[in-house]
Amino acid sequence: MPEKFLLLLLFLPFVGSIVTALLWRTAARTLPAWLAGGVALAATILTAFYYPSVTNGKIVRFEIAWLPELGLNFTLRLDGFAWLFTMLVTGIGFLVVVYARYYMSAEDPIPRFFSFLLAFMGAMLGIVLSGNIILLAIFWELTSIFSFLLIGYWYHNANARDGARMALTITGIGGFCLLIGFLLLGHIVGSYDLDEILAAGEVIQQHSLYLPALVLILMGALTKSAQFPFHFWLPNAMAAPTPVSAYLHSATMVKAGVFLLVRLWPALSGTFEWFWLVGIAGISTLVLGAYFAIFQRDLKGLLAYSTISHLGLITTMLSLGSPLAAVAAIFHMVNHATFKASLFMAAGIIDHETGTRDMQKLSGLFRFMPYTATLAMVACAAMAGVPLLNGFLSKEMFFAEAVETHADSILDRALPYLATLAGAFSVAYSIRFIHTVFFGPPPTDIPNPHPHEPPRWMRFPVEFLVFACLIVGIVPSLSIGPFLGTAVISVLGSDTPQYSLHVWHGVNLPLVMSVIAMIGGTILYFALHRYLAHAEDGPPIFRHLRGQRIFERILVTVSWKWARWLEANLGTRRLQPQLRLVAGISFLAAFVPLYFSGFEAKLPPLTGVDPAFAMLWAIGMLSALSAAVVAKYHRLAALLMIGGAGIVTCVTFAWLSAPDLAITQLLVEIVTTVLLLLGLRWLPKRLGKVDDSTSFTARIRRLRDFAIAATCGVGMSILAYAVMTLPVPDTIANYFLEHAYTEGGGRNVVNVILVDFRGFDTMGEIAVLGIVALTVFALLRRFRPAVESIEVPEQQRIQNAYDHDQPERQEGDTVRDYLLVPSVVMQWLFPVIITFAIFLFMRGHDLPGGGFAAGITMAIAFLLQYLGGGTRWAEDRLRILPLRWISLGLLVAVATGAGSWFLGYPFLTSHSQYLTLPLIGKVPAATALLFDLGVFVLVVGATVLILIAIAHQSIRTYRVKTPPKPEDA
Amino acid sequence: MELILSLGIGIMTGSGVWLILRPRTYQVIIGLSLLSYAVNLFIFGVGGLKVNAPAILTDGVPVSAYTDPVPQALVLTAIVIGFATTALFLVVLLASRGLTGTDHVDGREQSQ
Repeated sequence: MPEKFLLLLLFLPFVGSIVTALLWRTAARTLPAWLAGGVALAATILTAFYYPSVTNGKIVRFEIAWLPELGLNFTLRLDGFAWLFTMLVTGIGFLVVVYARYYMSAEDPIPRFFSFLLAFMGAMLGIVLSGNIILLAIFWELTSIFSFLLIGYWYHNANARDGARMALTITGIGGFCLLIGFLLLGHIVGSYDLDEILAAGEVIQQHSLYLPALVLILMGALTKSAQFPFHFWLPNAMAAPTPVSAYLHSATMVKAGVFLLVRLWPALSGTFEWFWLVGIAGISTLVLGAYFAIFQRDLKGLLAYSTISHLGLITTMLSLGSPLAAVAAIFHMVNHATFKASLFMAAGIIDHETGTRDMQKLSGLFRFMPYTATLAMVACAAMAGVPLLNGFLSKEMFFAEAVETHADSILDRALPYLATLAGAFSVAYSIRFIHTVFFGPPPTDIPNPHPHEPPRWMRFPVEFLVFACLIVGIVPSLSIGPFLGTAVISVLGSDTPQYSLHVWHGVNLPLVMSVIAMIGGTILYFALHRYLAHAEDGPPIFRHLRGQRIFERILVTVSWKWARWLEANLGTRRLQPQLRLVAGISFLAAFVPLYFSGFEAKLPPLTGVDPAFAMLWAIGMLSALSAAVVAKYHRLAALLMIGGAGIVTCVTFAWLSAPDLAITQLLVEIVTTVLLLLGLRWLPKRLGKVDDSTSFTARIRRLRDFAIAATCGVGMSILAYAVMTLPVPDTIANYFLEHAYTEGGGRNVVNVILVDFRGFDTMGEIAVLGIVALTVFALLRRFRPAVESIEVPEQQRIQNAYDHDQPERQEGDTVRDYLLVPSVVMQWLFPVIITFAIFLFMRGHDLPGGGFAAGITMAIAFLLQYLGGGTRWAEDRLRILPLRWISLGLLVAVATGAGSWFLGYPFLTSHSQYLTLPLIGKVPAATALLFDLGVFVLVVGATVLILIAIAHQSIRTYRVKTPPKPEDA
Repeated sequence: MELILSLGIGIMTGSGVWLILRPRTYQVIIGLSLLSYAVNLFIFGVGGLKVNAPAILTDGVPVSAYTDPVPQALVLTAIVIGFATTALFLVVLLASRGLTGTDHVDGREQSQ
C-alpha cells in the first residue's frame, strides 16, 4: 500500500462527518447510518490492506512539511501496534454504527449523532497514526471535544450536560498537561518526531527534566484513561447514549491513555519514578474500581467501574517495566475492548427493551431474551476471566507477572495478593450482572413490561464480538497470535520476549490464583446478594466520598469564589485608574532598566539651538499646553490647538528632511480636523460646571494626575534627547538605501520600503484601516445621538428665523447661500485635486508621494464637495460607494502579491522596469506600483467611508426620545 | 535642534498623558492625538535628525548622507492608522454620549 493512503484513512472519517452533518435537514434515519457505516467499513478494509507493510517491525511513514523550522511536521506513522489499534478503532466503530442504527430512536437528531461519532473516529485515528507528538496532542484534545459533544448528545438532560462538562474539564486539563509534557520531551530530545523520541530513551531518562515531563505526560494519560484519582468522570459520562459508551468509554477513547503509555514505553519506562507513579495509580484503580463496581445499581455504572478497573490492570502491567508485562498489557487492551464493547451493547439492549438499567428492578430476563442473555453471559465470563475465553489469557499473563519480582518494594510484594483480590471482585460483579438481570422471578417493576429479543442486526455486533472472544480464547495462537506479535515487535523491538499464548500451561501459581479468585468472588457475591438487592447505590463508606462532589466544590471555588474575589479586589471598570496604571507601568518599564544601566552619565552636553526652530516649537508647545487646559470646556478651541501642534509636527518633518511624512501629516491633519468638527455637531454643549472642582479629593486627584503627566513628560524628554544624540549603530537602513533602487526600482526609499521590502506589513495595515472604516460605518448605522443635539443647530435656527421674517425670502435661503463663493470654488477644485492625487500617486516610487498620501488627497476631493455643496447636494450628484473601493483596494493588493506565486516567487515579490509612454516619457512600472494602487484605492475608500458616515448623520431624521428604526441607515 | 525637539516631545507627552487621565471623553480624544504626535516624532527621531539631507536617492551620494528611511516608513503608516483610530474613538464617544446621556469616560458621573 502506498503511504499516502494513510492521509485518506485519517481524513475519510472527517469528510464523512461533514457530509453526515449536512444531512441534518433530512428526516431519513437510515441514510446517515449507511454513510457512517460505509465510512467505517472502508476505513477498516483500508487498514487491513496495510497489514503486510507493518509486519516484522516495519513502519509506514507519510510526511508533509508543515513548520519544519519549528520541528513541526504533519507526520503519519503506522507500525504494528498502531495497526492493531487502528483495526480496533475502525472495526469496533463499524459495529457500533450498525448497533446505533437500531438503538437511536426516531425522535433523536440522527445525523448529528453519526457526524460526531465519525469525527471522533477521525480524531482517534489521528492519535493512533500521529508520528509527531504535537500533532498527537492536537488529536488528543479533539477526542476530548468530541467526547464532550457525544456525552452531551441528549443535552436536554441535566445529567448529560454535567457529565459532559466534567469529562471535558478533567480530560481537557489532562490534555493541557500532556501538551506541556510533550513540549518538555521535545526540548529534551531536540525533536518532536516520535521515532527520534523512541530512540532517545536513555537521553530522556538521564535528563534533569525527566521527572516534570513524566509527571505531566502521566497527567494526560491517567486522566484520559480514568485512573484513580481522576476516575470519577467516567461513571458520569454514562449519561451518553449507549453506543457512545460502548465505543468511546470502553473500547477506544479511554484506551488512548494506556495507548500513549505503551507508545512511549520504550522512551519513558523502566525507571524508579515510572514504577511508583504509574504503579500506584494502576493498582489503586484496579482494586478500587473493581470494588466500586460490585455496588453499582446501574448496569452501565457497573460496566463503567469495571472499565476503570481493567484500565487500572493495564496500567499496572505497564508500570512493571518488564517486556512480558507490556505484551500482556497490549493483549489485554484488545481483549477488554472486545468483551466490554459487547457488554455495553447488551446493557443497551436491556435498557432499550425494558426501559430501565436499575439492577434492583431487573430480574429474570432470560425467559424473554434467551439469545441476548447467552451472549451477555459469555462476555461476562470473559470479563471475569473464565478459561477458554480471551479475558482468561491476558489475566493469567498478568497474574504470572504479578508474582514475578520487578523492583523489590512493598508495592511489588503486595501485588500478587492485590491482583487476586481484584480478580475476586471482578468475578463477583460479573456474577452479579448475570444473576440479577437474567435469573430469578420475572420483573415486576419495569417501565416496559413486555421485553423481547432485539432486531436481528442490532444483535449482530454483540454476536460478532462474543464470537471473537471465544475464538481468541480457544485458539489464541491461530487467531490473534500473529497480529499481537506484530504489535509487540513494533513496540519492544529487540527486547521482544518469548511468550506463549496457550490456554493450558499446567498447574502453576497463576492458575491457583485464578481458582482462588473464582471461588472467592462467587462466595463474595452470594454473601452480598441480599444486601445488594436493597442497598443504596454505591459502595459502603466510599459512597459518601464522592469525587464528583469534590470536583464540583473545587470548580465552584476556583471559577466563582476566587474569580469574584480577584475581580472585586484587583479589577475596576473605571477607565481612569486603568489608564493611570498604563501610564505608570509604561514609565517604570522605561525608567527601571535605564536607571540600572546608569545611562544618564553618557548623555552629551546640551548644545545647538536654532532660533527659528525654537520659535516654531514655542508655538508647538504652547498649542499642546493650551489644548490640555481648554479641552474640557472649549472643545473647538482645543481642536484648533491640536491642529496647531499638528502643523508644527508637519513642519518639523519637512525641516528634518522627511518630505513624505510632512505631506502625509498635512493631509491627515486636514481630514482629522474635519472629522472632529463633524463630530462636534453631535456633542452637546456643556451647560454649567461638572465636577466639584474645589473639593479636597478632587484637588488631590488632579495633583496626582499632574505629577504623573509631568513625570512622563520629563522622562520622555530625556529619553528622546538620549535617543537622538547618542551615536546610532549600523542599522538595516543601509541595506534599504543600497538596495532600494537596484532591487525595488524606486528612488523614494520610504515608499519602496512600504510597498516592496515591507509590503506584507503594509498589507496588514491597510487591512486594519479597512476594518476600522467598516466598524465606524457599522457603529453609525444604529447611531443614536444625544437628545440635546438632535434639533437643528442654533445658528441654522437663527438663519431660518431671519428668512421667515423677510417677506421676499424663502426659509432655508440663507443656509443654502452660506459661503456661496468658496463653495463654488471648492466644486471647481474637484478635478484639480483629483489630478493632483494621481500626480502624487504616480511619482510616489521616485519622489515624495505614494499611495497613502494620494489616497487621502483623493478623499479630500470628495470631502470638499460635501463641505461646499452640503450633504444632500453631494449625494445627489456623486455615488461614491466607498465599500466597493475598500474591497477593490484590498483585492488589488492581495492579487498583486499572489501574482508572484504564479511566477514561482514568494508572496509579494515585486518586479520593476520602466515603460516609455507617448507624450509622458519614461514612467516606472514596477509591480509594486500595482500594490500601491491597492493601497491608494483602499485609503480612499476607508477615509471617505468614515467621513461620509459621520457627515451623513446630519440628514437623517431622528425622532426625539424614541429610538430610531433599526434599518434606518 | 535635538534639545528643542525632545523638549517639545516631552511637553506633548505630558499634555497628552494629563488629558487621557481626565474624566471627559473629548479630553481623552484630544490627549490621544497629542500623544500620537509625540510618539511619531519620537520614532522619527530614533533615526537621527538631519537637516537638508537628500530624501531621494541620487547617484553619487554616499549612503550615510541620507536620512534613515525605516522610522519614516513606520511613522507614515502610523499617521494614517492614527487617523483611523481617532475616527473610531470619536464614533464610540458620540454613541456613548447618546446612549448614556453623559460624556464621562465611564458612561456615568462619578458619585463622590
